[in-house]
Amino acid sequence: MSEPVEILKTPVKLDYTYSAGQSASRFLRAMAEGKLIGQRCPVDGRVYFPTRGSCPQHGALMRPEPVELSDRGTVVTFSINRVPSENIKLDLPYAPVQVLLDGADTILMHVLGECPIDQVHMGMRVQAVWKPKSEWTTSIGNIKYFKPSGEPDAPFDSYKEHI
Amino acid sequence: MREVAVVAFAQSKSLRRELDRNEVEILIPVIGELREKSGLATGEIDFICSGSSDYLAGQSFAFVSGLDAVGAWPPVSESHVEMDGAWALYEAWVKIQMGYADVAMVYGFGKPSMGDLPETLALQLDPYVLTPLWPDAISIAALQARLCIEKGVTSERQMAEVAARDRKNALGNPYAQVKGEFEIAKLLAEPYLASPLRKHDCSPISDGASAILIASEKRAKQLAKRPAWIRGFTHICEPQDLGVRDLTRSRSTEIAAERAGVRKGKVDVAEIYGPFTHQEILIEKALGLGASTKVNPSGGALAGNPMMAAGLTRIGEAARRIWDGSADRAVAHATSGPCLQQNLVCVLEGN
Amino acid sequence: MAELCGIVGIGQTRHQAARKDVSMAGLIREAAERALADAELTWKDIDAVVIGKAPDMFEGVMMPELFLHDAIGGAYKPMLRVHTAGSVGGSTGIVAASLVQAGIHDRVLTVAFEKQSESNAMWALSISLPFSVAVVAGAGGFFAPLVRGYMRRSGAPEDTGIRVALKDRKNALKNPNAHLQIPDIDFDKIASSPMLWDPIRYLETCPSSDGACAMVMAKQALAEKAPRKPAWVHASEMRSEPTMFSGRDAVIPRATLDNAKNLYKKAGIRNPRKEIDCAEIYVPFSWFEPMWMEGMLIAEKNEGWKMTYEGATAMDGDFPVNMSGGVLSSNPIGASGLLRFAEAAMQVRGQAGEHQVDGARKALGHAYGGGSQYFSTWIVGSDKP
Repeated sequence: MSEPVEILKTPVKLDYTYSAGQSASRFLRAMAEGKLIGQRCPVDGRVYFPTRGSCPQHGALMRPEPVELSDRGTVVTFSINRVPSENIKLDLPYAPVQVLLDGADTILMHVLGECPIDQVHMGMRVQAVWKPKSEWTTSIGNIKYFKPSGEPDAPFDSYKEHI
Repeated sequence: MREVAVVAFAQSKSLRRELDRNEVEILIPVIGELREKSGLATGEIDFICSGSSDYLAGQSFAFVSGLDAVGAWPPVSESHVEMDGAWALYEAWVKIQMGYADVAMVYGFGKPSMGDLPETLALQLDPYVLTPLWPDAISIAALQARLCIEKGVTSERQMAEVAARDRKNALGNPYAQVKGEFEIAKLLAEPYLASPLRKHDCSPISDGASAILIASEKRAKQLAKRPAWIRGFTHICEPQDLGVRDLTRSRSTEIAAERAGVRKGKVDVAEIYGPFTHQEILIEKALGLGASTKVNPSGGALAGNPMMAAGLTRIGEAARRIWDGSADRAVAHATSGPCLQQNLVCVLEGN
Repeated sequence: MAELCGIVGIGQTRHQAARKDVSMAGLIREAAERALADAELTWKDIDAVVIGKAPDMFEGVMMPELFLHDAIGGAYKPMLRVHTAGSVGGSTGIVAASLVQAGIHDRVLTVAFEKQSESNAMWALSISLPFSVAVVAGAGGFFAPLVRGYMRRSGAPEDTGIRVALKDRKNALKNPNAHLQIPDIDFDKIASSPMLWDPIRYLETCPSSDGACAMVMAKQALAEKAPRKPAWVHASEMRSEPTMFSGRDAVIPRATLDNAKNLYKKAGIRNPRKEIDCAEIYVPFSWFEPMWMEGMLIAEKNEGWKMTYEGATAMDGDFPVNMSGGVLSSNPIGASGLLRFAEAAMQVRGQAGEHQVDGARKALGHAYGGGSQYFSTWIVGSDKP
């Protein structure tokens, strides 16, 4: 009598074709041109970046007019990741950072580069470092990482709302 | 039991592929329409419930983005079922029954076009012995259709007639996807997709969303001229395994129909969620409908099947007929799972 | 208007990294059978089944309740499947209770479970779309910045998290069902454990567990006749807010504050710290204890950490929290919320054995999920409300 079957490995493979949607498409096309385009909420005028097309707070479609943003901003908060993950191709440890781009009212999640891990701090001013233009696609990944811009730290008041 | 009524309904057009819009962009106008029709802001709704499926969306927590369409601020009392919106409506109805809420909003949405729906649905089956064979949903339904035909419960001709009837009705439905007048002989001359099912026997793949507003008596009378009162609301689930239940009848629908009191009065209109023609026939039989009942004036799922919203839409379409006076009593049905595994019955009355 | 709902049977599995000895059906049946045994009932006595679990990708089965429900007596009965992310266990309990409270069913069986060893939860949580950079590795990666935000605004000492973890892990030693039991656990062990997502260390983090929890709920007339004292549902509440919007306070979200306010109002509680005897709170990363003490209005703003520091949340404190060892000790994601609700009910039934708080008569069960946006809670008591 052989051993009962305990574990059965059944691979699951499903392909999905995502539609970015109108708003996200605009954002991604702009990324392909090296531009950071946000949108305004029609209710309170706040600039969202990136945006999926609707204001989550008010349930309203964003105003279509593009708002061009700087690729410079402030680190609002961060963490230091030492856990490996299948989906992530970065060397450990790395610092995911939440960046408030100048002109935006929401934070962008990205990663810190060209900076010793122990120096990352809240309020640090950062600058996007882009991949070579020839490698640009319709993706937020055109920005490789954010590096310290060398400016003095932003005052706490300028970003405290976003912590 | 408190008196609760369906007071508003909105839906998006069922499309083969919503290339331009993501789920939230589809939902926003639907919920917006509901708000406009009822005059209610999010803050005036006591409870919100939605229905959607992660595997349909291809990511975990797909419903979280659905909440973006609602504008959940200030924070709302809200829940979600990984089922068709019809069951989300049930949860909301229960909340009103227990006195927790007086007005509830429910929505369901899905973009099955993003994946391969018949293949994705194979994941609903027993993961140890059935899914690894990857039987797609059409083949599974075909097994049931074959059994029904051999038992004399239905025939390929009868199935084609149901398809033709539904799609002809759909001509009057601006939201329907597949509509037209089809000749039975021509339909029967088409090749099989998965014998004995032909293309016309299967509902289309549809992207879409729908939303419903329900309210307790006092509020319902304020929100609708002729509220569609929910006088029966039950659902029953059969064991899934295809070998342990009679696939040639829908026992769960029979039980649900009995408990919901379908036969307590004349049924003017029935909106049936039959993803396949033979299944629509089985449900018609299980509900015990008479010849005078108008079935699927909207065209039903065979005209448009936005997964996770289609069941909710049946309830909305039935309610519409109460509101416009073309029915005094209507029955709506929703189904989930392979071969009509789980069924919900909702009885609506205008008086 | 609402019927009273009593919890008459509670059961859970021994939570473990991987239950290789049972299938999913076996896992939930184990918990369900224990709950039925506790209530001295059979499958026939149950009118409806409510199943809760987190994302289907955690097991690789779409809507698994469809193939599972008949393993827990659901055949030809009404069955609902709830999914509200991490708070799902709590929401599931609330939906089940509402069926009784609405007078629709006499007895409802509710089961929440996760058998995440069968898939890859970290992967399921990190599926990225082209619109965002894949940097967040797992839930901890998402919450670590929030913890940092709390540390900044409250001025809490850096070792607050370690103290919470120490307390919960010691409590787990008294809970035969807990997954992680580290007999020689001490402060230094936790402090020196590897840092995963600054400032969260390995031993301040929840495990990944397979497990299930079940409860039998009954209407008043039947609960009064149950063989063991029921726990009575006094009140429950759910609140959600969007994951992200400009100016959102993601650290102590408004949704939790609103939830708490409304919950206590319905339960007739004016001073939660005094009137509630103990609580089971969803703390998957140690720092969430002080954060949720504030979120649930037990502590004043920026003072939640003091409760930990003063020992108030210890078993012998004035407001014991997570006597079972909490989510830090066992985390079958879909079940964790229901476990909090169940453990709270066990306390007021005097059923918690070695981790019982003496004389507990009113307890709080709490669950949260998503990006700290879904909150479900309930208050249960030994006496009727």
